[in-house]
Amino acid sequence: MKIPSNILTLLAGIALTLISLWYGKNHGLLPPAASNEADLVDGLFDAMMTVSMGIFLLVQGVLVFSVIRFRRRQGDNTDGPPIHGNIPLEIVWTAIPAVIVLVIGVYSFDIYKQMGGFDPQAANDPGVTQIAMLPGEELATPLIDASKAKPAHNHVHLAVGIGAFPEDEGKMADVNVDVMGLQYAWIFTYPDSGITSGELHVPVNQEVQLNIKAQDVLHAFWLPDLRLKQDAIPGRDVELRFAPRKVGEYPVVCAELCGPYHGAMNTKMFVESEEDFSNWIQEQIAAIDDSTQTVAVNSADRTDGDFLKPFVEEMGISDVDRTVLQQLHSHPAVSSDRTAQVVNALSPAA
Amino acid sequence: MTQAEMQASATQSSYSVPSTRKWRDYFSFNSDHKVIGIQYLVTSFFFYLIGGVFATAMRTELATPESDFVNPEMYNNLLTLHGTIMIFLWIIPAGSGLANYLIPLMIGARDMAFPKLNALAFWMIPPAGLVLAGSLLIDAPQAGWTSYPPLSLVSGKVGEGIWIFSLLVLGTSSILGAINFLVTILKMRVPSMGLNDMPLFCWSMLSASGLILIGTPVLAGALILLAFDLLAGTAFFNPTGGGDPIVYQHMFWFYSHPAVYIMILPLFGALSEILPVHARKPIFGYRAIAYSSVAISFIGLIVWAHHMFTSGTPAWLRMFFMIFTMIIAVPTGIKIFGWLATVWGGKIALNSAMLFGLGMISVFVIGGISGVMVAAVPFDIHVHDTYFIVAHLHYVLFGGSVFGIYGALYHWFPKMTGRMMNERLGILHFVLTYMGMNLTFMPMHELGLIGMNRRIAVYNPEFQPLNILCTIGAFTLAISTIPFLINAGWSWIAGKPAGDNPWRGLTFEWQTSSPPPIENFDLLPVLNYGPYDYGSGIRFPGEEIEDEETNMEAPPGGFMPPSESRAGS
Ligand SMILES: [Cu+2]
Ligand SMILES: [Cu+2]
Repeated sequence: MKIPSNILTLLAGIALTLISLWYGKNHGLLPPAASNEADLVDGLFDAMMTVSMGIFLLVQGVLVFSVIRFRRRQGDNTDGPPIHGNIPLEIVWTAIPAVIVLVIGVYSFDIYKQMGGFDPQAANDPGVTQIAMLPGEELATPLIDASKAKPAHNHVHLAVGIGAFPEDEGKMADVNVDVMGLQYAWIFTYPDSGITSGELHVPVNQEVQLNIKAQDVLHAFWLPDLRLKQDAIPGRDVELRFAPRKVGEYPVVCAELCGPYHGAMNTKMFVESEEDFSNWIQEQIAAIDDSTQTVAVNSADRTDGDFLKPFVEEMGISDVDRTVLQQLHSHPAVSSDRTAQVVNALSPAA
Repeated sequence: MTQAEMQASATQSSYSVPSTRKWRDYFSFNSDHKVIGIQYLVTSFFFYLIGGVFATAMRTELATPESDFVNPEMYNNLLTLHGTIMIFLWIIPAGSGLANYLIPLMIGARDMAFPKLNALAFWMIPPAGLVLAGSLLIDAPQAGWTSYPPLSLVSGKVGEGIWIFSLLVLGTSSILGAINFLVTILKMRVPSMGLNDMPLFCWSMLSASGLILIGTPVLAGALILLAFDLLAGTAFFNPTGGGDPIVYQHMFWFYSHPAVYIMILPLFGALSEILPVHARKPIFGYRAIAYSSVAISFIGLIVWAHHMFTSGTPAWLRMFFMIFTMIIAVPTGIKIFGWLATVWGGKIALNSAMLFGLGMISVFVIGGISGVMVAAVPFDIHVHDTYFIVAHLHYVLFGGSVFGIYGALYHWFPKMTGRMMNERLGILHFVLTYMGMNLTFMPMHELGLIGMNRRIAVYNPEFQPLNILCTIGAFTLAISTIPFLINAGWSWIAGKPAGDNPWRGLTFEWQTSSPPPIENFDLLPVLNYGPYDYGSGIRFPGEEIEDEETNMEAPPGGFMPPSESRAGS
């Protein structure tokens, strides 16, 4: 091989490295991170984008170069050189990807640990709980009884998901919220105060724990700005624990196909200052006390209010009562009514 | 078609078996592997067009954030049928079609090991496919191609029942095909061909068939239990009765992750045939490419739960599946680098087959890279079930498999029909496909990252600009099939006669006439050189056929021993 071509290869290699490093830092593909977990995930993504860009440029570069440089000339019917392989070279290109994936694997492991994936209370599958219940018993329960709500969430049962940061393991989260996914809404219940809402309000810079359940089919609770997602599974307890660090309004998205109106199963998470949050709690408690209807729906958003109406009854009766839900499903008037509700809910947004 | 056959019959020697095919044969229960191969290819292409129409309808709906082109139920019907058809009625049967046509020719056999079973396997496909596609007119499935319970149990019995029925039939067909490929490759090679002398396509079919045989029965088990839940009210997966929907996901992905390799390995094999011929250079690292297919199959069996990182999977299991998923990048990398080294320094003919071959590397590598990224649990938690995944899977299955199928069709069309395809139309087809593919699927990566979930008929209006790009790309892709259809149809009837070996290839299929006679070879070929011995001064079989051939009954001592340099590295 001639020396100039070596120098060219070297230059190409340096250019490729520099472009990759620059791209990894400046791709700008992700929305701003709203929590420390999100920063961890973004760091991993940046690192992977750096490596990816390098491999991408290498492969496309070789292809384009080959097509130009090694193109068959008109009338040339001869063959290329009979090279069948080169063991050292093959070892190199086996070893390099092996090392790369090993490093990415260890890095991902570490990030996952820092996010709280190995919190013993969130790392193991607690198994299935049977969710069919005796209808009569449940129907007798009052809608939402604040006195019956647990004063503090006692973290006795295990739930799979993302748990506490390693330094907070074993500690209780500052705010607990029970999340129920159902076609096609998220219902948030605050066990400490008995509040129920169609929107998630959480205080900034505090640890929030979501205990997620599903009533009918699979859903997935996704906070794109926090890079967190967890499927809501009927009959299983799952959790997400995080600390939002920026006040703001963030989308909550259902990310698991749950029926025709899956695309409309969105709501908002409001990260608020501590005062705003406690004000909101007070307002909601007042609303419960005022009304004989025990379910509070945030009046700020009419669409959500309308949307939740058909679910009020079943929510109040029991979180997990399949029987009622199935009656709803099999009742044609109700289901078409529900469809109409969903369509109403959709049209202003559109 | 008939002209092509007359052309073929003119080149025939006086072999006792009638050597031409009537057009009727292609519509009948025929046990000739070449007829079956073409039946598979044409049928699967027909379903590809149907699946493509569904995809175009979905992209039309997604041009605007509102639900306006189809209603949301219909949208879910379309997405379910699109996914199911493209996987089970296009890519998998197209791979079976190539394997049926090529394996006996490549190993010097007169037919498959079990020709009747082979025909039976094919004839299960059209009814199952028509019922599935036709379900749109009555009551179509709408729980996605993954059909997760409990949704699949409550979203319409008829549609879901049809879906389960079709998949059981298609799965059975796939198993029967795989048994045939496996036995044929292992038992019916000419005596002079050792395993390491086989064309790489046979290695990849060996690996893919193993996966089919191990994985598909597990899918069938899941589907049968799902059918009981659906129709008999049992509760295997239904949480209302104490069942566990997650177990279905494990069983489903135990097959459906390997299915990705079932879909891509045959085309990896085809690419390994296309590149050396058109670059006039031996494949670089025969053994590495051959054994990496086997490695991919093995590791591919223990990565399924990477589809379930957010499904309540325990932490240690998430880590286990993350590591093994990433390890698959190593054998895949070996292949990609081997292919690049094959074309490097060669004499590249940039015809349609080669364009699709090189294009396949170019786009598949993007899907491979994003595959490693989504294997990383913390990142996958963010992008799981978003458009990032939609982008990733289409770079693998469209960029990998569909480009590969097109490359293979351009490469072997002259062998199958005896006629050349038109190069100008082929290049136009490639350019439109390559542009349309990247325009459709590249923006989807960003959509997923910024928060667009998949399988939705309505979306946040701020995602619209990128969605419009995707829709324009999808229309480009739809248009791109037109030059191909014109080209294939017109060339089949009136293309330039190809001769036996238009590409000067060294594998056995190029040593017989085009199209081959009914029992493939008048005299069975003997392996005198490796499948990729380009540049070693070998006379090309198409140029002087008679001298190279000898009878199978000849004593094995007369064969040239396979030399080290012949095939392997
Ligand atoms: Cu949903
Ligand atoms: Cu997979």
